[in-house]
Amino acid sequence: MSEEATQSVFRVKHDADRHEDMPPPRTEVGVIGWLRKNLFNSWFNSLMTLLAIWILYKFIPPIVDWFIISAQWADAPPEVCKEVSGACWPVIYEKYRLVIFGRYPYEEHWRPLIGVLILIGVVGFSTNRKFWRPWLGLVWLGGLAAFFAIMWGGFLGMKLVPNNLWGGLPLTLLLGLVGVTVAFPISILLALGRRSQNVPLIRALCVGSIELIRGVPLITLLFMASFMLPLFMPTGVSIDEVLRAQVAIILFTAAYLAEVIRGGLQAIPKGQYEAADALGLNYWQAQRKIILPQALKISIPPIVNTFIGIFKDTSLVAIVSLTDLLFAARSAIADPEWRAFFVEIYIFIAVIYFCFTFFMSRYSQYLERVLDTGHGARR
Amino acid sequence: MAAEDAAHGQSGQPEAVKPWRNPKVRAIFFQILVLGGVGLLAYYLISNTMQNLAERQIQTGFDFLENEAGFFIGEAMVDYAASDSYGRAFLIGILNTIRVAFLGIVLSTIIGTIVGVARLSSNFLIAKLASIYVETVRNIPLLLQLFFWYAVITGLLPTSKSAVELLPSTFLSKSGLIFPVPIEHPVHMWMGLGFLVGIVGVYFYYRYAKKRQDATGQQLPLLLPTLGFLIGIPAIIWLLGGAPSAMDFPEWQKFRYDGGTSLTPEFIALLLGLTIYTAGFIAEIVRSGIVAVPHGQTEAASALGLRRSKVLRLVLLPQALRIIVPPTTSQYLNLTKNSSLAVAIGYPDLVSVGNTTLNQTGQAIECITIMMAVYLTISLLISAFMNWYNKHIALVER
Repeated sequence: MSEEATQSVFRVKHDADRHEDMPPPRTEVGVIGWLRKNLFNSWFNSLMTLLAIWILYKFIPPIVDWFIISAQWADAPPEVCKEVSGACWPVIYEKYRLVIFGRYPYEEHWRPLIGVLILIGVVGFSTNRKFWRPWLGLVWLGGLAAFFAIMWGGFLGMKLVPNNLWGGLPLTLLLGLVGVTVAFPISILLALGRRSQNVPLIRALCVGSIELIRGVPLITLLFMASFMLPLFMPTGVSIDEVLRAQVAIILFTAAYLAEVIRGGLQAIPKGQYEAADALGLNYWQAQRKIILPQALKISIPPIVNTFIGIFKDTSLVAIVSLTDLLFAARSAIADPEWRAFFVEIYIFIAVIYFCFTFFMSRYSQYLERVLDTGHGARR
Repeated sequence: MAAEDAAHGQSGQPEAVKPWRNPKVRAIFFQILVLGGVGLLAYYLISNTMQNLAERQIQTGFDFLENEAGFFIGEAMVDYAASDSYGRAFLIGILNTIRVAFLGIVLSTIIGTIVGVARLSSNFLIAKLASIYVETVRNIPLLLQLFFWYAVITGLLPTSKSAVELLPSTFLSKSGLIFPVPIEHPVHMWMGLGFLVGIVGVYFYYRYAKKRQDATGQQLPLLLPTLGFLIGIPAIIWLLGGAPSAMDFPEWQKFRYDGGTSLTPEFIALLLGLTIYTAGFIAEIVRSGIVAVPHGQTEAASALGLRRSKVLRLVLLPQALRIIVPPTTSQYLNLTKNSSLAVAIGYPDLVSVGNTTLNQTGQAIECITIMMAVYLTISLLISAFMNWYNKHIALVER
């Protein structure tokens, strides 16, 4: 009440004077205003700003110096690099083919390159929401088939390259993408099983396997796959190492995705189930036409986050000696001549991993924004 | 029409449902089908395994745990020698896993909370620095980070002869961190007991303070008495015991440091990597938890006349914690499981010991079973504790 009154008094007075609006004080706008508002708005913040500036002053110049100014940019042998105080980028020129393509025959490197482009293309294609149709699964299968064909070779005059020579980025992408593609349907079944009402034994089986796999580290699953899978096979049947690791990654991914999808299923209001029953749909029809389309849509951002986790976790296959990106990098710095420059190589693959995961996490944030309709059940 | 008539029968009563259309019967049928399939698969795998084991002449069973291990373990919290049994080696591995996981959880919670709050700071520079930290560590595989830290420690730090003196008598070098520790004295045990008594005292003091506030509205000071209980009691015991202050200082002896206690480079790299990585995730959780509390809550609390510190303690934190605790639990579990990456840099944790044992004895199934069982137990314990805590702070609805 009183506030309104004072306002109107001011307005009257203002109108009577017919004075032009004064510009805001210098300290509120422009660079100084921004500084005052964002960096020095209280004594504590001023202190923190000074601390941050001190940290930046301590770290940025040496880092810039190491990365750019004192670095060896021109191609040079390791002896020259040892004289330089900054980074030695020639180690990247020397080793990047080994790091990216692993032990794949050198002259054939164009094949894994095309393979990687195919896989990236499939992923890029799937980011468009217009293509989120059931046939997208076929696109993925097609992409993976094309990848396998060009990597194996053995036709059209391409040399046959068995998969124990595959390595580097193609192997990392392969393990991640095949893991996700195969695990996705399994995880839907596991999630539905865990949520099912009148089949206690099947539910117990699903809960048990999900919790068992989520309760142990991926590395023990990889050990299990590489030491115990051969024992599981009939005598004389051997199972190749890439496939063993792939099985472990599929199981691991399926358990984690199942929990994400269960979260989506839980968010569907009960009325949707009842409506499906009222329409006379049976269980699978109801799931396929009513429940899953909604549940999967809600769970897409966390599914993408799971993908990011799995993509990073594929690096663990390096421990069971598969030549993935990380293992290839380590074999590059096993070369005694270049051993001193491990930081450069690690930064190189960190940037590669970062490009993929950063893109995926930004995409997941974008999806969260566009899929949020502002209504409906939210967790 | 004819079909409809038939379905309703002559009398107009619905006919009894056919057994294969009865949901209960169908449920039992499908369960038998699935379980039968799983059982067959299990039988197939087990019989294959038995045959393979027989062919390779591997004895199954856990008897090997009593055999002499014969390998050395670099760091052990309890006594261990190469002549001890495999069982004891496993125990050392488990203790090492628990040690690094516990410290990692404590440190990453502290750093994660600070960084998460810093990301929300109105200070542009601080917020940006925190975001850069979070985005970087979250997007690079942990194993790569571990290799990096380990390589930095063992490759770029000076040798122990020219070690960096971080604090007086605390040396950092290629061979780890060496720092002084108090020489053991009987009073130390009594100080520990005094600390426990202090915790109990704090608990009862808080109960008394709350009861009194409920009854009279008076508020008792909390911070000073808490410090008095937790620090004062051990300090008094220390003084009464004659204030034993002898320290075991590391001294440079010809080739290496003698005395003090050391942390190995493997342990430091693992702890550093796990902490930095997990703190990035916890920071994100803390940030989103705080953001999720509506701003009206802060305004309402201020309108009630609460001071800034009380708004935080009584209004914001209790609500934010409800959102923060469940995902933080899974981060703790992840950290514990991720500590298994120790095997890659040679810290003797459970997986590392298990892997060595497996390679020496060939008892793959048993070793992997032990590893999985231990991790499952730890996971279940942590989630049981965090569920209890979560229930404790959960919203009590009418």
